[in-house]
Amino acid sequence: MKRSIFLKLLALGLGASSGLACRSNETPASGAAGASAAAPAAPASVELLNVSYDPTRELWRDLNEKFTAAYKKESGTDVTIKQSHGGSSTQARAVIDGLEADVVTLASYLDTDAISKKGLIKPGWVDEFPNRSLPYTSTIVFVVRKGNPKGVKDWPDLVKPGVEVITPNPKTSGNGYLSFFSAWGSVVLRGGSRDDAVKFVTQLYKQVPVLDSGARGATTTFVQKKIGDVHLAWENEAHLEVEEAKGELDLVYPPISIRAEPHVAIVDDNVDRKKSRAVAEAYLKFVYTDEGQEIAAKHFYRPSNEAILKKHSATFPEIKLFPVTDIATDIADAHKQFIAEGGVFDSIYKPKD
Amino acid sequence: MPSVNRRVLPGFSLSLGYTVFYLSVLVLLPILACFVRAGTLSFDEFWGAVWTARTRAAYTLTFGASLASAIINSVLGGLIAWVLVRYQFPGKRLVDSLVDLPLALPTAVGGLVYASLYVKNGWLGRFLVPLGIDVAYSRLGIIAVLVFVGLPFVVRTIQPVLEDFDKEAEEAASSLGATRWQTFHSVILPTLYPALITGFALAFARSIGEYGSVVFISGNMPFKTEIAPILIVARLEEFAYGEATAIAVVLLIISFSMLLFINLLESWTRRHAS
Repeated sequence: MKRSIFLKLLALGLGASSGLACRSNETPASGAAGASAAAPAAPASVELLNVSYDPTRELWRDLNEKFTAAYKKESGTDVTIKQSHGGSSTQARAVIDGLEADVVTLASYLDTDAISKKGLIKPGWVDEFPNRSLPYTSTIVFVVRKGNPKGVKDWPDLVKPGVEVITPNPKTSGNGYLSFFSAWGSVVLRGGSRDDAVKFVTQLYKQVPVLDSGARGATTTFVQKKIGDVHLAWENEAHLEVEEAKGELDLVYPPISIRAEPHVAIVDDNVDRKKSRAVAEAYLKFVYTDEGQEIAAKHFYRPSNEAILKKHSATFPEIKLFPVTDIATDIADAHKQFIAEGGVFDSIYKPKD
Repeated sequence: MPSVNRRVLPGFSLSLGYTVFYLSVLVLLPILACFVRAGTLSFDEFWGAVWTARTRAAYTLTFGASLASAIINSVLGGLIAWVLVRYQFPGKRLVDSLVDLPLALPTAVGGLVYASLYVKNGWLGRFLVPLGIDVAYSRLGIIAVLVFVGLPFVVRTIQPVLEDFDKEAEEAASSLGATRWQTFHSVILPTLYPALITGFALAFARSIGEYGSVVFISGNMPFKTEIAPILIVARLEEFAYGEATAIAVVLLIISFSMLLFINLLESWTRRHAS
């Protein structure tokens, strides 16, 4: 465990050191290079670039491997898939600025929509794939110290005296603002008023000693530096965190939390230019197949296929997952109201006296 | 061709042309782009983005911590340069190489390591935290990592000057009856001033722009430990390019005026010293 955390730390450091524009590219699984037996209509080999966010690295590596094999068998075409990972909105900016992504699989609707607003993705993209282009979803859960010494079971427990909460900065992190939305929803969706919610999040963020800039930074703070009693983490990251800690940490599911929606989309402008639309579509559709859904579950993302989700109910306990539309018109509105300049989050922090 | 080529080495216009070209492409163009982008905002938008209680707190912190670290570095770096130049000891080459390490190490790694050393279960934190000294997630921590990233600049600017320093001047001073302090203060220090100021300016400028190491040790709490570059990133996350560059422009303008002032001071002391 020591070693892997050290490596993670190093990777984190190296990644973040490139500062505002950190991104890493890798070229994994591709079919055999020589494609002599290609079907006559299809091109012999195609290269796709999947621009995604940080924690999905292993998920997509797995999916790519299975997809390239399946696609080769089906069409005879060799597909090479490159992955690019980084902070979700940093990645979105990179695509806007010309990174030639065929597909984007980002953490938030906001990021994909920002690309769409620049005209690179056609409007209506969200209905292009099943289940509103959501092959899998996720949520925010609690990670606590062994045996849950502070007895944290539900959102109100977070503001009990003496409880320290670790969550990244909502302004710079998707994990951060989804934690905020969850906290907010836990009040207003259980009968609380807006004032109650403001009071709750204000107290909550008073008990946050460190606002890391991103999800992995917060994990390091909680796991490695042992700061805080509860970590508000992505569900998939939380599973890995607890697994890796070998008994030092426990996973706690609050009764209610937000449904995080990492949409997938084809970057129309790029696939039309690169003539890779057919492959890109097949690629994203593959994630919806039983095989793709099983891989998602294995990496602790909630499959959108109900049957497969049910099969893994031990991994994904049933809690009330509310969509962001329950607390705002849409995620852009939620971000504007709560997180953006002049929003509720800003009002929490007043100049020190 | 009489009297045209008075310089020892030919090619003045060519080399000046290259200099201007490179400077433009590498430095001026990106800065110009910053100004153009910030110029897309109306005055009210610009002002609203760059001048709030929160941004002011961040500027104060960024420049205050940079200043503090540059001052510490001038003293510490001067001392290290002195030891490296004046004394012979085993392992000197090793120590000499160590000085450059902060330049090579990704600064984020530096920040992470510093933070983990000073948290309450860290190697140093376990002794300091009980004494009430919180380095991790405090302003002190920010200054500490800025000292780390700025150190080589001071050492490396002072070192060559000390190496060239004429020891006979010192001997003359002491044989004329100067005390050690007088020798240091009136003979050695004045010759070091220009280099010291240059090193100070470099370390200072480096600190203002530092992001990677600071985010990992500061805790990023608004009004307390939130540096200005964090605000830029926060605005970028909102896809508010204009507002983000507006803050950058303010940082640039303040930095540039300060560096210009320091440069003038340096040339003044240089003239004064000779």
